[in-house]
Amino acid sequence: MRNIRWLRQFGGELRRNPAFLLSFAFILAVTLAGFFAPALSPYPPGGFEEQRMLEGPSRDHWLGTDELGRDLFTRILYGARVSIMVGLGTALIALMIGTLYGLISGYVGGALDNLLMRIVDIFYGLPDLLIFVLLSLFLGRNIAGVLIALGVITWVRFARITRGQVLQTKELIYVEGARAMGAAHWRILLRHILPNILAPILVTLTFSIPAAILSESTLSFIGLGINDPYSEWGTSWGTLTQDGWRAMRSYPHLIFFPALAIFLTILSFNFLGNGLRDILDPKAR
Amino acid sequence: MFRFLLRRLLHGLIVLWVVATVTFGLLRVLPGGPFDRDRRLPPEVMANIEAKYHLDEPLLRQYGRYVTGILRGDLGPSYKYIDRNVGDIILDTLPTSTVLGLLALLAALSLSFPLGVAAASHHNRWIDRACVFLATVGISLPNFVLGAVLIWIFSLQLGWFQAARWGSPGSAVLPAITLGAMPCAQLTYLLRSSLLETLGEDFIRTARAKGVRESLVLFKHAVRNSLIPVLTLLGPLLAILVAGSFVVEFVFAIPGMGRFFITAVTDRDYPLIMGVTLVYTAILVGANLLVDILYSVVDPRMRAH
Repeated sequence: MRNIRWLRQFGGELRRNPAFLLSFAFILAVTLAGFFAPALSPYPPGGFEEQRMLEGPSRDHWLGTDELGRDLFTRILYGARVSIMVGLGTALIALMIGTLYGLISGYVGGALDNLLMRIVDIFYGLPDLLIFVLLSLFLGRNIAGVLIALGVITWVRFARITRGQVLQTKELIYVEGARAMGAAHWRILLRHILPNILAPILVTLTFSIPAAILSESTLSFIGLGINDPYSEWGTSWGTLTQDGWRAMRSYPHLIFFPALAIFLTILSFNFLGNGLRDILDPKAR
Repeated sequence: MFRFLLRRLLHGLIVLWVVATVTFGLLRVLPGGPFDRDRRLPPEVMANIEAKYHLDEPLLRQYGRYVTGILRGDLGPSYKYIDRNVGDIILDTLPTSTVLGLLALLAALSLSFPLGVAAASHHNRWIDRACVFLATVGISLPNFVLGAVLIWIFSLQLGWFQAARWGSPGSAVLPAITLGAMPCAQLTYLLRSSLLETLGEDFIRTARAKGVRESLVLFKHAVRNSLIPVLTLLGPLLAILVAGSFVVEFVFAIPGMGRFFITAVTDRDYPLIMGVTLVYTAILVGANLLVDILYSVVDPRMRAH
Protein backbone atom coordinates (compact mmCIF):
# COMPACT_ATOMS: atom_id res chain seq x y z
CA MET A 1 0.00 0.00 0.00
CA ARG A 2 2.76 2.40 0.94
CA ASN A 3 4.44 1.85 -2.39
CA ILE A 4 1.30 2.71 -4.28
CA ARG A 5 0.93 5.91 -2.29
CA TRP A 6 4.51 6.85 -3.08
CA LEU A 7 3.94 6.22 -6.75
CA ARG A 8 0.84 8.37 -6.76
CA GLN A 9 2.67 11.17 -4.96
CA PHE A 10 5.52 10.79 -7.40
CA GLY A 11 3.06 11.26 -10.27
CA GLY A 12 1.52 14.27 -8.53
CA GLU A 13 4.90 15.87 -8.00
CA LEU A 14 5.74 15.29 -11.65
CA ARG A 15 2.67 17.24 -12.69
CA ARG A 16 3.04 20.01 -10.12
CA ASN A 17 6.74 20.68 -10.23
CA PRO A 18 8.14 21.51 -13.68
CA ALA A 19 11.79 21.32 -12.57
CA PHE A 20 11.16 17.83 -11.21
CA LEU A 21 9.49 16.73 -14.44
CA LEU A 22 12.24 18.18 -16.64
CA SER A 23 14.98 16.63 -14.49
CA PHE A 24 13.31 13.26 -14.53
CA ALA A 25 12.97 13.41 -18.32
CA PHE A 26 16.57 14.52 -18.76
CA ILE A 27 17.97 11.75 -16.58
CA LEU A 28 15.87 9.21 -18.44
CA ALA A 29 17.15 10.59 -21.75
CA VAL A 30 20.81 10.51 -20.63
CA THR A 31 20.47 6.96 -19.32
CA LEU A 32 18.83 5.75 -22.53
CA ALA A 33 21.37 7.66 -24.62
CA GLY A 34 24.20 5.88 -22.84
CA PHE A 35 22.49 2.52 -23.09
CA PHE A 36 21.65 2.80 -26.77
CA ALA A 37 24.71 4.83 -27.76
CA PRO A 38 25.78 2.36 -30.50
CA ALA A 39 22.37 2.64 -32.17
CA LEU A 40 21.90 6.37 -31.65
CA SER A 41 25.30 7.80 -32.46
CA PRO A 42 25.81 8.93 -36.04
CA TYR A 43 29.46 7.76 -36.12
CA PRO A 44 31.40 4.77 -34.75
CA PRO A 45 32.96 5.50 -31.33
CA GLY A 46 36.61 5.34 -32.38
CA GLY A 47 36.04 6.66 -35.89
CA PHE A 48 37.90 9.75 -37.00
CA GLU A 49 38.07 11.77 -40.20
CA GLU A 50 41.46 13.30 -40.83
CA GLN A 51 40.06 15.93 -43.18
CA ARG A 52 37.57 17.24 -40.65
CA MET A 53 39.53 18.09 -37.53
CA LEU A 54 38.45 20.74 -35.00
CA GLU A 55 35.32 21.78 -36.84
CA GLY A 56 32.60 23.73 -35.12
CA PRO A 57 29.03 22.44 -34.92
CA SER A 58 27.57 21.72 -38.35
CA ARG A 59 24.87 19.63 -39.99
CA ASP A 60 27.19 16.59 -40.29
CA HIS A 61 28.71 16.97 -36.85
CA TRP A 62 26.07 18.45 -34.55
CA LEU A 63 28.50 19.37 -31.82
CA GLY A 64 31.64 19.60 -33.97
CA THR A 65 34.77 17.44 -34.05
CA ASP A 66 37.92 17.20 -31.93
CA GLU A 67 41.60 17.37 -32.81
CA LEU A 68 41.56 13.84 -34.27
CA GLY A 69 38.39 14.50 -36.27
CA ARG A 70 36.21 12.48 -33.88
CA ASP A 71 32.54 13.44 -33.69
CA LEU A 72 31.90 15.19 -30.36
CA PHE A 73 28.22 14.24 -30.19
CA THR A 74 29.16 10.56 -30.48
CA ARG A 75 31.78 10.91 -27.78
CA ILE A 76 29.32 12.62 -25.43
CA LEU A 77 26.71 9.91 -26.01
CA TYR A 78 29.22 7.20 -25.16
CA GLY A 79 30.49 9.25 -22.22
CA ALA A 80 26.99 9.20 -20.73
CA ARG A 81 27.58 5.50 -20.00
CA VAL A 82 30.57 6.30 -17.82
CA SER A 83 28.74 8.94 -15.78
CA ILE A 84 25.55 6.94 -15.29
CA MET A 85 27.48 3.78 -14.49
CA VAL A 86 29.69 5.55 -11.95
CA GLY A 87 26.75 7.39 -10.39
CA LEU A 88 24.41 4.43 -10.04
CA GLY A 89 27.18 1.92 -9.30
CA THR A 90 28.70 3.97 -6.50
CA ALA A 91 25.32 4.69 -4.98
CA LEU A 92 24.36 1.00 -5.01
CA ILE A 93 27.66 -0.21 -3.55
CA ALA A 94 27.49 2.41 -0.82
CA LEU A 95 23.83 1.62 -0.20
CA MET A 96 24.48 -2.07 0.35
CA ILE A 97 27.51 -1.68 2.61
CA GLY A 98 26.29 1.37 4.50
CA THR A 99 22.73 0.23 5.11
CA LEU A 100 23.77 -3.18 6.39
CA TYR A 101 26.39 -1.56 8.62
CA GLY A 102 23.92 0.98 9.97
CA LEU A 103 21.23 -1.66 10.56
CA ILE A 104 23.56 -3.82 12.59
CA SER A 105 25.11 -0.91 14.47
CA GLY A 106 21.79 0.63 15.41
CA TYR A 107 19.98 -2.60 16.17
CA VAL A 108 22.63 -4.30 18.27
CA GLY A 109 23.64 -1.09 20.03
CA GLY A 110 25.92 -0.98 23.07
CA ALA A 111 29.64 -1.45 22.77
CA LEU A 112 29.49 -2.70 19.19
CA ASP A 113 27.53 0.36 18.12
CA ASN A 114 30.09 2.56 19.83
CA LEU A 115 32.98 0.87 18.05
CA LEU A 116 31.30 0.85 14.64
CA MET A 117 30.39 4.51 14.89
CA ARG A 118 33.95 5.43 15.90
CA ILE A 119 35.08 3.86 12.63
CA VAL A 120 32.48 5.88 10.74
CA ASP A 121 33.72 9.02 12.51
CA ILE A 122 37.24 8.30 11.31
CA PHE A 123 36.00 8.00 7.73
CA TYR A 124 34.16 11.30 8.12
CA GLY A 125 37.32 13.03 9.25
CA LEU A 126 39.23 12.09 6.12
CA PRO A 127 39.76 14.31 3.11
CA ASP A 128 37.57 12.44 0.60
CA LEU A 129 39.28 13.44 -2.57
CA LEU A 130 42.77 12.57 -1.38
CA ILE A 131 41.68 9.15 -0.18
CA PHE A 132 39.96 8.66 -3.50
CA VAL A 133 43.13 9.51 -5.41
CA LEU A 134 45.25 7.20 -3.25
CA LEU A 135 42.79 4.35 -3.64
CA SER A 136 42.51 4.74 -7.37
CA LEU A 137 46.31 4.74 -7.63
CA PHE A 138 46.06 1.38 -5.98
CA LEU A 139 42.98 0.02 -7.74
CA GLY A 140 43.79 1.36 -11.19
CA ARG A 141 42.34 4.18 -13.24
CA ASN A 142 39.42 2.29 -14.72
CA ILE A 143 35.70 2.21 -14.03
CA ALA A 144 35.85 -0.70 -11.58
CA GLY A 145 38.61 0.96 -9.57
CA VAL A 146 36.79 4.28 -9.46
CA LEU A 147 33.55 2.57 -8.44
CA ILE A 148 35.18 0.81 -5.51
CA ALA A 149 37.12 3.90 -4.43
CA LEU A 150 34.01 6.10 -4.52
CA GLY A 151 31.98 3.41 -2.75
CA VAL A 152 34.52 3.33 0.06
CA ILE A 153 34.06 7.07 0.55
CA THR A 154 30.28 7.17 0.17
CA TRP A 155 29.06 4.28 2.33
CA VAL A 156 29.45 6.17 5.62
CA ARG A 157 26.59 8.50 4.69
CA PHE A 158 24.22 5.52 4.48
CA ALA A 159 25.61 4.03 7.67
CA ARG A 160 24.91 7.19 9.64
CA ILE A 161 21.42 7.78 8.27
CA THR A 162 20.39 4.16 8.68
CA ARG A 163 21.71 3.86 12.21
CA GLY A 164 19.95 7.01 13.33
CA GLN A 165 16.68 5.81 11.87
CA VAL A 166 17.02 2.34 13.38
CA LEU A 167 17.63 3.84 16.80
CA GLN A 168 14.38 5.79 16.53
CA THR A 169 12.35 2.95 15.07
CA LYS A 170 13.41 0.04 17.23
CA GLU A 171 11.80 1.56 20.32
CA LEU A 172 8.40 1.86 18.67
CA ILE A 173 5.49 -0.15 20.03
CA TYR A 174 4.95 -2.36 17.01
CA VAL A 175 8.58 -3.43 16.97
CA GLU A 176 8.35 -4.23 20.66
CA GLY A 177 5.21 -6.19 19.87
CA ALA A 178 6.99 -8.22 17.24
CA ARG A 179 9.78 -8.92 19.68
CA ALA A 180 7.32 -9.94 22.37
CA MET A 181 5.75 -12.42 19.98
CA GLY A 182 9.12 -14.02 19.54
CA ALA A 183 10.05 -12.84 16.04
CA ALA A 184 13.63 -13.56 15.03
CA HIS A 185 16.07 -10.61 14.94
CA TRP A 186 16.56 -10.74 11.19
CA ARG A 187 12.80 -10.79 10.72
CA ILE A 188 12.32 -7.75 12.91
CA LEU A 189 15.08 -5.95 11.04
CA LEU A 190 13.99 -6.79 7.51
CA ARG A 191 10.21 -6.91 7.88
CA HIS A 192 9.49 -4.35 10.55
CA ILE A 193 12.30 -1.83 10.70
CA LEU A 194 13.78 -1.61 7.20
CA PRO A 195 10.52 -0.90 5.31
CA ASN A 196 9.79 1.99 7.64
CA ILE A 197 13.12 3.70 7.23
CA LEU A 198 13.31 3.41 3.44
CA ALA A 199 12.33 7.02 2.75
CA PRO A 200 15.45 8.77 4.13
CA ILE A 201 17.66 6.05 2.65
CA LEU A 202 16.09 6.63 -0.75
CA VAL A 203 16.72 10.37 -0.49
CA THR A 204 20.35 9.73 0.48
CA LEU A 205 20.63 7.37 -2.48
CA THR A 206 19.36 10.01 -4.89
CA PHE A 207 21.79 12.63 -3.63
CA SER A 208 24.79 10.31 -3.65
CA ILE A 209 24.43 9.72 -7.41
CA PRO A 210 25.26 13.31 -8.46
CA ALA A 211 27.96 13.48 -5.80
CA ALA A 212 29.67 10.46 -7.37
CA ILE A 213 29.31 11.85 -10.88
CA LEU A 214 30.80 15.13 -9.67
CA SER A 215 33.80 13.42 -8.04
CA GLU A 216 34.50 11.18 -11.00
CA SER A 217 34.32 13.93 -13.61
CA THR A 218 36.42 16.26 -11.46
CA LEU A 219 39.15 13.67 -11.02
CA SER A 220 39.07 12.69 -14.65
CA PHE A 221 39.40 16.38 -15.49
CA ILE A 222 42.60 16.79 -13.48
CA GLY A 223 43.89 13.53 -14.92
CA LEU A 224 43.59 11.38 -11.80
CA GLY A 225 40.30 9.64 -12.55
CA ILE A 226 39.40 7.21 -15.29
CA ASN A 227 42.18 7.18 -17.83
CA ASP A 228 41.13 5.83 -21.21
CA PRO A 229 40.78 8.62 -23.79
CA TYR A 230 40.68 6.13 -26.67
CA SER A 231 38.15 3.75 -25.15
CA GLU A 232 35.56 2.38 -27.57
CA TRP A 233 33.20 1.79 -24.65
CA GLY A 234 33.06 5.39 -23.58
CA THR A 235 35.30 8.23 -22.39
CA SER A 236 34.50 10.13 -19.21
CA TRP A 237 32.93 13.56 -19.68
CA GLY A 238 35.61 14.87 -17.35
CA THR A 239 38.31 13.69 -19.77
CA LEU A 240 36.43 15.25 -22.69
CA THR A 241 36.24 18.53 -20.77
CA GLN A 242 39.98 18.34 -20.12
CA ASP A 243 40.58 17.83 -23.87
CA GLY A 244 38.45 20.88 -24.56
CA TRP A 245 40.11 22.89 -21.78
CA ARG A 246 43.46 22.73 -23.51
CA ALA A 247 41.95 24.12 -26.72
CA MET A 248 39.50 26.51 -25.08
CA ARG A 249 40.92 29.73 -26.53
CA SER A 250 40.49 28.67 -30.13
CA TYR A 251 37.82 25.97 -30.04
CA PRO A 252 35.39 26.72 -27.20
CA HIS A 253 32.81 24.20 -28.46
CA LEU A 254 35.11 21.35 -27.38
CA ILE A 255 34.79 22.30 -23.72
CA PHE A 256 31.31 23.81 -23.82
CA PHE A 257 29.31 20.70 -24.68
CA PRO A 258 30.92 18.13 -22.34
CA ALA A 259 30.87 20.65 -19.49
CA LEU A 260 27.20 21.37 -20.18
CA ALA A 261 26.42 17.65 -20.17
CA ILE A 262 28.07 17.20 -16.75
CA PHE A 263 26.35 20.25 -15.28
CA LEU A 264 22.87 19.38 -16.54
CA THR A 265 23.12 15.78 -15.41
CA ILE A 266 24.23 16.69 -11.89
CA LEU A 267 21.64 19.48 -11.72
CA SER A 268 18.87 17.08 -12.76
CA PHE A 269 19.78 14.55 -10.10
CA ASN A 270 19.83 17.28 -7.46
CA PHE A 271 16.40 18.53 -8.52
CA LEU A 272 15.15 14.95 -8.47
CA GLY A 273 16.52 14.55 -4.95
CA ASN A 274 14.87 17.79 -3.79
CA GLY A 275 11.54 16.68 -5.24
CA LEU A 276 11.78 13.23 -3.67
CA ARG A 277 12.56 14.74 -0.30
CA ASP A 278 9.49 16.95 -0.58
CA ILE A 279 7.35 13.88 -1.26
CA LEU A 280 8.87 11.59 1.34
CA ASP A 281 9.45 14.11 4.10
CA PRO A 282 6.73 16.77 3.98
CA LYS A 283 8.25 18.53 7.00
CA ALA A 284 11.28 19.58 4.98
CA ARG A 285 9.18 21.52 2.50
CA MET B 1 34.10 20.04 29.25
CA PHE B 2 37.84 19.43 29.58
CA ARG B 3 37.40 15.67 29.35
CA PHE B 4 35.20 16.09 26.32
CA LEU B 5 37.85 18.10 24.51
CA LEU B 6 40.56 15.68 25.54
CA ARG B 7 38.56 12.84 24.06
CA ARG B 8 38.05 14.73 20.82
CA LEU B 9 41.77 15.50 20.67
CA LEU B 10 42.63 11.86 21.17
CA HIS B 11 40.17 10.92 18.47
CA GLY B 12 41.81 13.39 16.10
CA LEU B 13 45.23 11.93 16.79
CA ILE B 14 43.91 8.45 16.04
CA VAL B 15 42.55 9.67 12.71
CA LEU B 16 45.96 11.14 11.85
CA TRP B 17 47.71 7.92 12.78
CA VAL B 18 45.29 5.83 10.72
CA VAL B 19 45.77 8.08 7.70
CA ALA B 20 49.56 8.04 8.04
CA THR B 21 49.61 4.26 8.31
CA VAL B 22 47.14 3.61 5.50
CA THR B 23 48.88 5.94 3.05
CA PHE B 24 52.21 4.41 3.94
CA GLY B 25 50.84 0.91 3.43
CA LEU B 26 49.02 1.72 0.19
CA LEU B 27 52.02 3.39 -1.40
CA ARG B 28 54.45 0.64 -0.38
CA VAL B 29 52.41 -2.21 -1.87
CA LEU B 30 51.81 -0.31 -5.11
CA PRO B 31 53.37 -1.98 -8.13
CA GLY B 32 56.10 0.10 -9.75
CA GLY B 33 58.24 2.66 -8.00
CA PRO B 34 59.12 6.29 -8.43
CA PHE B 35 62.46 5.43 -9.99
CA ASP B 36 61.12 3.19 -12.75
CA ARG B 37 62.08 4.70 -16.06
CA ASP B 38 61.53 3.59 -19.62
CA ARG B 39 65.18 2.70 -19.76
CA ARG B 40 66.16 0.61 -16.77
CA LEU B 41 68.83 2.09 -14.55
CA PRO B 42 71.96 0.00 -13.93
CA PRO B 43 71.48 -2.18 -10.82
CA GLU B 44 74.31 -0.42 -8.97
CA VAL B 45 72.62 2.96 -9.46
CA MET B 46 69.29 1.53 -8.34
CA ALA B 47 70.94 0.08 -5.23
CA ASN B 48 72.47 3.48 -4.45
CA ILE B 49 69.16 5.25 -4.84
CA GLU B 50 67.40 2.72 -2.67
CA ALA B 51 70.07 3.02 -0.02
CA LYS B 52 69.81 6.81 -0.06
CA TYR B 53 66.06 6.74 0.56
CA HIS B 54 66.26 3.71 2.88
CA LEU B 55 64.09 1.70 0.50
CA ASP B 56 66.32 -1.35 1.01
CA GLU B 57 65.40 -1.66 4.67
CA PRO B 58 62.66 -3.97 5.94
CA LEU B 59 59.17 -2.46 5.74
CA LEU B 60 58.69 -2.22 9.49
CA ARG B 61 61.93 -0.32 9.85
CA GLN B 62 60.86 2.10 7.09
CA TYR B 63 57.53 2.58 8.82
CA GLY B 64 59.25 3.29 12.13
CA ARG B 65 61.53 5.81 10.44
CA TYR B 66 58.52 7.45 8.81
CA VAL B 67 56.48 7.72 12.01
CA THR B 68 59.34 9.04 14.15
CA GLY B 69 60.09 11.49 11.35
CA ILE B 70 56.54 12.82 11.51
CA LEU B 71 56.78 13.20 15.27
CA ARG B 72 59.91 15.29 14.82
CA GLY B 73 58.15 17.30 12.11
CA ASP B 74 60.27 15.80 9.35
CA LEU B 75 58.28 14.48 6.41
CA GLY B 76 61.27 13.17 4.53
CA PRO B 77 62.96 14.09 1.25
CA SER B 78 61.04 14.54 -1.99
CA TYR B 79 61.83 11.97 -4.67
CA LYS B 80 61.21 14.39 -7.49
CA TYR B 81 62.64 17.68 -6.29
CA ILE B 82 66.02 16.25 -5.36
CA ASP B 83 67.34 18.99 -3.10
CA ARG B 84 64.10 19.76 -1.25
CA ASN B 85 62.32 18.32 1.73
CA VAL B 86 58.61 17.62 1.68
CA GLY B 87 58.28 19.91 4.67
CA ASP B 88 59.88 22.81 2.76
CA ILE B 89 57.60 22.32 -0.23
CA ILE B 90 54.55 22.30 2.01
CA LEU B 91 55.71 25.39 3.90
CA ASP B 92 56.21 27.14 0.57
CA THR B 93 52.84 26.22 -0.91
CA LEU B 94 50.49 26.06 2.08
CA PRO B 95 50.22 29.86 2.57
CA THR B 96 49.02 30.29 -1.02
CA SER B 97 46.37 27.62 -0.58
CA THR B 98 45.32 29.09 2.75
CA VAL B 99 44.90 32.58 1.33
CA LEU B 100 42.82 31.21 -1.52
CA GLY B 101 40.69 29.14 0.85
CA LEU B 102 40.05 32.06 3.22
CA LEU B 103 39.10 34.38 0.36
CA ALA B 104 36.69 31.75 -0.94
CA LEU B 105 35.19 31.26 2.52
CA LEU B 106 34.79 35.01 2.90
CA ALA B 107 33.04 35.24 -0.48
CA ALA B 108 30.79 32.32 0.43
CA LEU B 109 29.83 33.73 3.83
CA SER B 110 29.13 37.24 2.62
CA LEU B 111 26.87 36.06 -0.19
CA SER B 112 25.11 33.13 1.48
CA PHE B 113 24.04 35.09 4.52
CA PRO B 114 21.75 37.60 2.74
CA LEU B 115 20.52 34.89 0.36
CA GLY B 116 19.59 32.50 3.17
CA VAL B 117 17.88 35.21 5.25
CA ALA B 118 16.02 36.58 2.23
CA ALA B 119 14.82 33.11 1.27
CA ALA B 120 13.60 32.15 4.74
CA SER B 121 11.87 35.45 5.42
CA HIS B 122 9.99 35.18 2.12
CA HIS B 123 9.17 31.49 2.50
CA ASN B 124 7.55 29.96 -0.60
CA ARG B 125 7.46 33.27 -2.42
CA TRP B 126 9.42 33.95 -5.58
CA ILE B 127 12.50 35.28 -3.74
CA ASP B 128 12.66 32.00 -1.83
CA ARG B 129 12.23 29.94 -4.99
CA ALA B 130 14.92 31.94 -6.78
CA CYS B 131 17.37 31.47 -3.90
CA VAL B 132 16.74 27.74 -3.71
CA PHE B 133 17.13 27.46 -7.46
CA LEU B 134 20.39 29.41 -7.33
CA ALA B 135 21.69 27.23 -4.50
CA THR B 136 20.81 24.05 -6.41
CA VAL B 137 22.66 25.37 -9.45
CA GLY B 138 25.56 26.20 -7.14
CA ILE B 139 25.95 22.71 -5.74
CA SER B 140 25.56 21.21 -9.22
CA LEU B 141 28.29 23.27 -10.85
CA PRO B 142 31.63 21.46 -10.73
CA ASN B 143 34.58 23.72 -9.88
CA PHE B 144 36.31 23.09 -13.14
CA VAL B 145 33.21 23.93 -15.17
CA LEU B 146 32.60 27.18 -13.29
CA GLY B 147 36.30 28.06 -13.51
CA ALA B 148 36.36 27.46 -17.25
CA VAL B 149 33.22 29.52 -17.78
CA LEU B 150 34.59 32.43 -15.72
CA ILE B 151 37.93 32.35 -17.53
CA TRP B 152 36.21 32.25 -20.88
CA ILE B 153 33.96 35.20 -20.11
CA PHE B 154 36.16 37.47 -17.99
CA SER B 155 39.64 36.64 -19.23
CA LEU B 156 39.27 35.61 -22.84
CA GLN B 157 36.26 37.66 -23.95
CA LEU B 158 36.21 40.73 -21.72
CA GLY B 159 39.88 40.76 -20.78
CA TRP B 160 39.19 42.01 -17.25
CA PHE B 161 41.45 39.53 -15.48
CA GLN B 162 44.54 37.75 -16.67
CA ALA B 163 44.14 34.00 -16.61
CA ALA B 164 46.79 31.90 -14.94
CA ARG B 165 48.83 34.81 -13.55
CA TRP B 166 48.77 34.25 -9.82
CA GLY B 167 50.11 37.30 -8.02
CA SER B 168 49.08 39.90 -10.54
CA PRO B 169 46.47 42.38 -9.28
CA GLY B 170 42.97 40.92 -9.18
CA SER B 171 44.29 37.47 -9.92
CA ALA B 172 42.57 36.03 -6.86
CA VAL B 173 39.08 37.20 -7.82
CA LEU B 174 38.08 34.45 -10.24
CA PRO B 175 39.67 31.58 -8.28
CA ALA B 176 38.03 32.73 -5.04
CA ILE B 177 34.61 32.91 -6.70
CA THR B 178 35.11 29.51 -8.29
CA LEU B 179 36.16 27.90 -5.04
CA GLY B 180 33.54 29.70 -2.95
CA ALA B 181 30.51 28.88 -5.08
CA MET B 182 29.85 25.41 -3.72
CA PRO B 183 30.26 26.29 0.00
CA CYS B 184 28.09 29.34 -0.64
CA ALA B 185 25.29 27.20 -2.03
CA GLN B 186 25.55 24.74 0.88
CA LEU B 187 25.50 27.54 3.43
CA THR B 188 22.49 29.18 1.81
CA TYR B 189 20.55 25.92 1.97
CA LEU B 190 21.45 25.30 5.57
CA LEU B 191 20.84 28.82 6.80
CA ARG B 192 17.47 28.88 5.07
CA SER B 193 16.21 25.64 6.56
CA SER B 194 17.62 26.42 10.00
CA LEU B 195 16.02 29.85 9.96
CA LEU B 196 12.70 28.43 8.80
CA GLU B 197 12.71 26.04 11.71
CA THR B 198 13.50 28.80 14.21
CA LEU B 199 10.82 31.09 12.78
CA GLY B 200 8.23 28.43 13.54
CA GLU B 201 9.04 28.34 17.25
CA ASP B 202 6.98 29.69 20.09
CA PHE B 203 9.34 32.42 21.25
CA ILE B 204 9.16 34.02 17.81
CA ARG B 205 5.37 34.07 18.01
CA THR B 206 5.63 35.60 21.47
CA ALA B 207 7.99 38.28 20.20
CA ARG B 208 5.61 39.11 17.36
CA ALA B 209 2.65 39.11 19.73
CA LYS B 210 4.47 41.60 21.93
CA GLY B 211 4.64 43.84 18.88
CA VAL B 212 8.38 43.63 18.25
CA ARG B 213 9.28 45.00 14.85
CA GLU B 214 9.58 42.28 12.19
CA SER B 215 13.15 43.25 11.32
CA LEU B 216 14.13 42.89 14.98
CA VAL B 217 12.36 39.55 15.24
CA LEU B 218 14.22 38.35 12.18
CA PHE B 219 17.73 39.54 12.94
CA LYS B 220 17.85 39.65 16.72
CA HIS B 221 15.66 36.71 17.70
CA ALA B 222 15.69 34.31 14.78
CA VAL B 223 19.02 34.63 12.97
CA ARG B 224 21.09 34.35 16.14
CA ASN B 225 19.40 31.12 17.10
CA SER B 226 19.78 29.70 13.61
CA LEU B 227 23.53 30.03 13.51
CA ILE B 228 24.31 27.00 15.66
CA PRO B 229 23.57 24.37 12.98
CA VAL B 230 25.62 26.45 10.56
CA LEU B 231 28.62 25.93 12.84
CA THR B 232 28.44 22.18 12.39
CA LEU B 233 28.81 22.62 8.64
CA LEU B 234 32.17 24.32 9.11
CA GLY B 235 34.03 21.00 9.18
CA PRO B 236 32.47 19.53 6.01
CA LEU B 237 32.76 22.97 4.42
CA LEU B 238 36.49 22.95 4.91
CA ALA B 239 36.63 19.51 3.34
CA ILE B 240 34.83 20.92 0.30
CA LEU B 241 37.28 23.82 0.16
CA VAL B 242 40.25 21.47 0.37
CA ALA B 243 38.92 19.22 -2.38
CA GLY B 244 38.02 22.22 -4.50
CA SER B 245 41.41 23.82 -4.06
CA PHE B 246 43.06 20.99 -6.04
CA VAL B 247 40.92 21.70 -9.04
CA VAL B 248 40.94 25.48 -8.75
CA GLU B 249 44.72 25.58 -8.33
CA PHE B 250 44.98 23.32 -11.35
CA VAL B 251 42.60 25.38 -13.50
CA PHE B 252 44.06 28.76 -12.57
CA ALA B 253 47.68 27.57 -12.42
CA ILE B 254 48.11 28.66 -8.79
CA PRO B 255 51.29 27.39 -7.08
CA GLY B 256 49.48 25.96 -4.04
CA MET B 257 49.61 22.65 -2.24
CA GLY B 258 46.82 21.08 -4.26
CA ARG B 259 48.62 21.53 -7.52
CA PHE B 260 51.76 20.02 -6.03
CA PHE B 261 49.69 17.05 -4.90
CA ILE B 262 48.45 16.43 -8.45
CA THR B 263 51.94 16.53 -9.91
CA ALA B 264 53.21 14.41 -7.02
CA VAL B 265 50.69 11.72 -7.91
CA THR B 266 51.67 11.69 -11.57
CA ASP B 267 55.36 11.71 -10.60
CA ARG B 268 54.83 9.02 -7.94
CA ASP B 269 56.63 11.23 -5.48
CA TYR B 270 55.49 9.11 -2.52
CA PRO B 271 56.85 11.17 0.39
CA LEU B 272 55.23 14.29 -1.05
CA ILE B 273 51.89 12.49 -1.52
CA MET B 274 52.00 11.22 2.06
CA GLY B 275 53.05 14.59 3.42
CA VAL B 276 50.30 16.54 1.68
CA THR B 277 47.66 13.96 2.65
CA LEU B 278 48.76 14.20 6.26
CA VAL B 279 48.72 17.99 6.31
CA TYR B 280 45.24 18.14 4.80
CA THR B 281 43.99 15.56 7.29
CA ALA B 282 45.53 17.56 10.13
CA ILE B 283 43.74 20.69 8.89
CA LEU B 284 40.40 18.88 8.79
CA VAL B 285 40.94 17.31 12.21
CA GLY B 286 41.89 20.70 13.62
CA ALA B 287 38.83 22.33 12.10
CA ASN B 288 36.53 19.69 13.55
CA LEU B 289 38.12 20.19 16.96
CA LEU B 290 37.60 23.93 16.65
CA VAL B 291 33.96 23.35 15.77
CA ASP B 292 33.55 21.17 18.86
CA ILE B 293 35.02 23.89 21.05
CA LEU B 294 32.94 26.67 19.49
CA TYR B 295 29.88 24.51 19.77
CA SER B 296 30.28 23.92 23.46
CA VAL B 297 30.91 27.64 23.98
CA VAL B 298 27.84 28.69 22.04
CA ASP B 299 25.50 25.96 23.22
CA PRO B 300 25.99 24.91 26.86
CA ARG B 301 23.77 21.87 26.35
CA MET B 302 26.56 20.30 24.31
CA ARG B 303 28.98 20.22 27.24
CA ALA B 304 27.00 17.50 28.91
CA HIS B 305 27.82 15.01 26.15
